[in-house]
Amino acid sequence: MSRPPAAPMTVSANTPITRVARRVRRFWRDNGAGYLFVLPSLLFFLIFIFLPLGWSFLLSFQEFGFRDSTWVGLDNYLGLIRDPIFHQAAFNTVIYSVSTVAVWVLVSMVLATLIHPLPTRLRTFFRAAYYLPAVTSAVFIALVWKWILNANPWGLANHVLSLFGAGPVSFISDPSPFLGANVALWSVILSSVLTIPAVGVVLYSAALAGIPRDLYEAAETEGAGALAKFRYITVPLLKPITLYVTIIYTIAAFEVFERVYVMTGGGPGYATHTIVYLIWRTGFRFSDYGVASAQAFLLFAVIATISVLQFRALRSDVEY
Amino acid sequence: MDTDGRPADRRRSEASISEPRPTAPVPLFPEAITAPAVAGSGLEGRQQSRRDRLISLAVLIPVAVIGLFPFYWMITTALTPRAAAIRVPPNLLPLDATLDNLVALFEQAPVLLWASNSLLVAGAIMVGHVIFDSMAGYAFARKRFRGKALFFTLIVGSLMIPVHVTLVPRFILITNLGLDNNLLGVIAPSIADVFGIFLMRQFMQSLPTELEEAARVDGANEWQVFWRIVMPLSRPAVATVGIFSFVGAWNAFLWPLIVLSDRELLTLPVGVALLQQEFSSNIGLQMAGAIVGAVPMIVLFLLFQRHFLEGVRVGGVKG
Repeated sequence: MSRPPAAPMTVSANTPITRVARRVRRFWRDNGAGYLFVLPSLLFFLIFIFLPLGWSFLLSFQEFGFRDSTWVGLDNYLGLIRDPIFHQAAFNTVIYSVSTVAVWVLVSMVLATLIHPLPTRLRTFFRAAYYLPAVTSAVFIALVWKWILNANPWGLANHVLSLFGAGPVSFISDPSPFLGANVALWSVILSSVLTIPAVGVVLYSAALAGIPRDLYEAAETEGAGALAKFRYITVPLLKPITLYVTIIYTIAAFEVFERVYVMTGGGPGYATHTIVYLIWRTGFRFSDYGVASAQAFLLFAVIATISVLQFRALRSDVEY
Repeated sequence: MDTDGRPADRRRSEASISEPRPTAPVPLFPEAITAPAVAGSGLEGRQQSRRDRLISLAVLIPVAVIGLFPFYWMITTALTPRAAAIRVPPNLLPLDATLDNLVALFEQAPVLLWASNSLLVAGAIMVGHVIFDSMAGYAFARKRFRGKALFFTLIVGSLMIPVHVTLVPRFILITNLGLDNNLLGVIAPSIADVFGIFLMRQFMQSLPTELEEAARVDGANEWQVFWRIVMPLSRPAVATVGIFSFVGAWNAFLWPLIVLSDRELLTLPVGVALLQQEFSSNIGLQMAGAIVGAVPMIVLFLLFQRHFLEGVRVGGVKG
């Protein structure tokens, strides 16, 4: 039984000091190895996540200056509540998230269900084809979408529209109102929903493998068609994984950044500002650390609330 | 302590990563994870009527085409001569294909430097994850120590903290350490992560303990047991963690964008995003940049497909 070297100590007599030393030594023998193995990661999390978290909270009540910061109480938060740009960014983020998450969850469930009964070779092929875009940085995909949605007649999307006698549409450079938001924002959303939700497909595929086959067989003997089986067996039994997929996609959607940065730069005007884009601009373009921290915490509160609500709404005890 | 002559063990360990146990520990959403864990025959291999299969394919194939189309358009545009790229109607096929755009890219932008920066950052982060995540995963799987549950909750709970909340103070911290505009400043805040710790813990819990005990009897110390016995047995999980870390770090954008400012120090995604400002009228060159950034990861994916899909299934937190 060799443990890592215990604290060097010599035991000579049964004095109180040696008794303490013995206890320390025994504690170290029982716990030391565990501590040494978690230490690097634990330090990492403390320094780069928990310390910044607390620090950020303090910053959100300050007006930051590189020489000295002043405490301003709730001013940063109160300012945001009255700030139309913040409103726009929050509104855009909600529209973006609600629409993309709804499509992603639905599409990944349907795709996984369609892939599942295929022969192994086809199944592997489709999973790979669908996953491929997910290993590519969103920056590169967004760059292509920006080019496809180019406002000029040589832009591919406008060319396709012209074949139907429609367009041209300015897509990402058009801030005019459309469906409750604006054209530019919907164009960014379009590019997102046309990206295959790879993680969802993989997670749903794994979950489908766990649904007992006899449930479907029983349904078939009762004369259920494919849609009925999907509606009454697959969807309810996948509910736990739907909860999980919805939450991870909601968090991802709330943090959308690359797409906005590359495709529109938040514009035209503030038409496609999202919260994380706004935080990045406030914090790293204008070095307004206090306000940026307040923005971050407001978004944090919103994400946490929504996760809890989704968790409650979708929670169920499924047994089969 | 030769572990390689044990195909049975190897098989066991590979099987256990593809079939996470019902006890799979995601304390955040426990029900969500146990669902796929229930082993069952499901629909796999079930006879499907010809008609049903055709209907499925009629949906799946167009979706695959749409999903992969950006890559096609990226390549086509990159191969199209500059003047032809803005023709109406656009060329749907790369007819008079040329490598001019790629050549221009390598001449006018420090792409090779960006690629080597990306390689360095992604490589360092991968090594960090493999070592530190495995160590922590091992401690949580095997060791008993006071505060273990608290530490684990703390680490997994950090998943709930959105990245952007910690950006500003983390940047102040990095700046105070003198690491801004430095690749080390990109690497340091990513040197360990929850996904890896979690996956390693889960995998190591499924390993038999006999070998470790035997090694201890033979006089191996704690580090030797971990490094010589547990790590080799965990190779499938280590591979998954390594590949995911590498791809994630290679594709990372926001943090490198914040930390790096010199043109020569950028990583590929940040550099390529910069191209659209520097060469805004030269779309072919931008697309060539996107290809250079995307292709290495696509190759990696095609080589290690299995690890990617398993990784998503077990961790499900990325992408």
